[in-house]
Amino acid sequence: MIRRLVHGLSELAVTAGAVLLLLVVHEVWITDLFSDGAQEQVAEELREEWSRPGAGPAGPALGEGFAFLHVPRFGSDWTRAVVEGVDPAELDEGPGHYPGTAMPGEQGNFAMAGHRVGRGSPFLALDVLRPGDAVVVETADAWHVYRVTTTSVVDPSENRVVSPTPGGPPGGPPTGAFLTMTTCHPKFSTRERLVVHAELEGSVPRTDAPQGPAALQEV
Amino acid sequence: MYAWIWRHLPGGTGVRAGTAVLLVLAVAALLLFVVFPAVSEHVQVWQPSL
Repeated sequence: MIRRLVHGLSELAVTAGAVLLLLVVHEVWITDLFSDGAQEQVAEELREEWSRPGAGPAGPALGEGFAFLHVPRFGSDWTRAVVEGVDPAELDEGPGHYPGTAMPGEQGNFAMAGHRVGRGSPFLALDVLRPGDAVVVETADAWHVYRVTTTSVVDPSENRVVSPTPGGPPGGPPTGAFLTMTTCHPKFSTRERLVVHAELEGSVPRTDAPQGPAALQEV
Repeated sequence: MYAWIWRHLPGGTGVRAGTAVLLVLAVAALLLFVVFPAVSEHVQVWQPSL
């Protein structure tokens, strides 16, 4: 009787262990497959929307792409469509824009969150960015070139990093045009957040630079 | 449970082993591509926002 019980329990333990291992495989690799597909679709829809004549919608809906993020340090062809919203469903598609924060090029803080490991891993290499690195945001009508200013590791409760002035009060006045990227830190953990701030260097209308600003070719 | 499944698989040892491997793969695929994706729409292990 005891023997059968122990036997049954050990089979259960082995099964649970195998399922947990599979869960790790899913989180680290399988989610990439789904997210890469979703990101590709969002990017395609956005390019198509931009190629149609006429003004786009006033503000993007949750989960809808509205800009392209280029980080030359991640590779000259590294680009991701940025979607509106930072809930799980939105971040599955790509880096997400914190609703209510500034839009690209605007005064205030254009703040984004992105996954570090799995689900497309858009911000996996965020820790390699150095002060002065270019972060270029492409919108329907302009290229916005930001320069990295600081990198920090903060507690997940530190929501002042997405304030209009990073580090300032949440509803405070903006003192410039900033960009913020947040992701998980360390890798495979949510204990802390890795935060990269950048400041707007300048904006170029698309009509003046169809191929993009020179900053795209850096590194 | 596993002994019970093994006893009920048809064929000789070779055929049983093959069927067992297929069963394991089928369960793994079901978990990876159907069950976990459905669950992870609501629960995410690593949430990178603040």
